[in-house]
Amino acid sequence: MQETPAIDVRGVSLTYVGPPPVAALTGASLQVERGQFASLVGPSGCGKSTLLRVLAGLARPDEGWADLQGQDAVGVTALAAYMPQRDLLLPWRRALGNAVLGAELAGVPRADAEVQARGLMARFGLEGFERAWPGQLSGGMRQRLALLRTFLAPREVLLLDEPFGALDALTRREMQEWLQEVWRQDGRTVLLVTHDIDEAITLSDTVFVMSGRPGRIVRRVDVDLPRPRAALDSTSVRFSELKAEVLEALTAVR
Amino acid sequence: MTHAGRALRGRAGEALPALAFLLTVLVVWEVTVRALDVAPYLVPAPSRVWDAFLETRGVLPGHIRTTMTEALAGLFIACASGVGIAGLLAASVPSRRALYPLLVISQNIPMVVLAPLLAVWFGFGIMPKVLIVALIGFFPIVVSTTDGLLRADRDLVELARSLGAGRWQVLRTILIPSAVPAFFAGLQISAAYAVLGAVIGEWVGASSGLGLFIARSQRAFRVDQVFVAVIVIAAVSIALFAAVHLLARLAMPWQHAGRERTERGV
Ligand SMILES: Nc1ncnc2c1ncn2[C@@H]1O[C@H](COP(=O)(O)OP(=O)(O)OP(=O)(O)O)[C@@H](O)[C@H]1O
Ligand SMILES: [Mg+2]
Repeated sequence: MQETPAIDVRGVSLTYVGPPPVAALTGASLQVERGQFASLVGPSGCGKSTLLRVLAGLARPDEGWADLQGQDAVGVTALAAYMPQRDLLLPWRRALGNAVLGAELAGVPRADAEVQARGLMARFGLEGFERAWPGQLSGGMRQRLALLRTFLAPREVLLLDEPFGALDALTRREMQEWLQEVWRQDGRTVLLVTHDIDEAITLSDTVFVMSGRPGRIVRRVDVDLPRPRAALDSTSVRFSELKAEVLEALTAVR
Repeated sequence: MTHAGRALRGRAGEALPALAFLLTVLVVWEVTVRALDVAPYLVPAPSRVWDAFLETRGVLPGHIRTTMTEALAGLFIACASGVGIAGLLAASVPSRRALYPLLVISQNIPMVVLAPLLAVWFGFGIMPKVLIVALIGFFPIVVSTTDGLLRADRDLVELARSLGAGRWQVLRTILIPSAVPAFFAGLQISAAYAVLGAVIGEWVGASSGLGLFIARSQRAFRVDQVFVAVIVIAAVSIALFAAVHLLARLAMPWQHAGRERTERGV
């Protein structure tokens, strides 16, 4: 018998009631196995964020179903740690207070969560900023703080909506390598939304390509590059072939 | 020079024109009253107001204490009831529909009508004055705090929910902190009118307070003392307003931190 996938989306359709009504998803399906790293790429406005919101229990599909670790996730929150596209830090909490929000809401004692967060501040490039207000952080730092908050939420599945969108190319690479490391160590399932095909291939076991709006999954590309992958691997022949495959799928749906 | 030092000198520089203007007005006033020989029970000269101040210096602190007590107690009740009602209003549309008209009507009862009634009902003690302050003060707090609760960033609420927050946790971690700035905006308006409310109550009938002091001075045609009272009321009001401002800053350190950064950035 096959193991239940960590993320299982089948035939999800969702239309935002307008005016004007917007069909965001139509029959989107994807499966991610436990412990796998998957990416979702697609044209802007095709419904990537919407799909993540469905999995986070925040948006209800009109059709289809979504399971997380074998549990019905439709309308059910707190099954996954969700990092929204906007960093959404609480302006009235210092950096450390923001970092522990997810853990705190999940019932982890505040003191324990803070110890854990303090230990990770350096890895997230936030050392020395524990007591800073979000308004005093740069865009990149805010995003890393939001990512830290997501990681500290004790959930098996991470839903990351463009976590590196606000970072410069260099920091972005660093963060990608770092995310790969962290993920390899703690073995959680990740679904990452990104616009960056290189990022998707470098990090993922599987890349899902979405069509233009209304979105559905048009191609699944399995990335068979050996791990750990370094930045230089993006110059390899196999990498180029995979990238060409993703690009071809993306242009075909235009 | 330090950043703080520069800021301080900037502040003093800003206040200079206002002070110069005030001084000019006082001099012109003094000279005009003397030159035209205006009767002191009509318009007293600034020097005469100063004399009246020295004369009444002994009794003023007691009156100030009474008025201040009433204003603070009234504001406290206004805060407690205002926040409670705001919570109720923000919780549901029907409660808003039912209560908002009543609240607006409550603000249209003229104080000159209500104050004597309250004096008849509750006597000459501080109770009716506290009620007047509370009645005037709770409305801005209700309106502002309700608005703050309703305007909380929906995305923040969703984020908290996605992380597992229930209704009460959303209220505690997102809605209440979101409404704090709005609450203080309302409280500042209430604080600005609190002393005035207490004075009106005392003017109608009291055993102590700045309003009583004014009423007595008026009956004795001591316009110079009325002027003293007006200035003291203004000073007390400003002190109360400044205290609330300080409280707001202490309660919302993140806003202050953000502002400082932009100032330096400019
Ligand atoms: N709350 C909403 N109400 C109405 N329409 C919405 C809402 N959220 C998103 N949409 C619409 O649904 C479509 C898909 O939005 P979504 O945010 O899922 O796209 P996306 O793929 O994440 O885009 P991007 O890559 O630019 O972030 C868009 O056309 C958008 O205008
Ligand atoms: Mg999006």
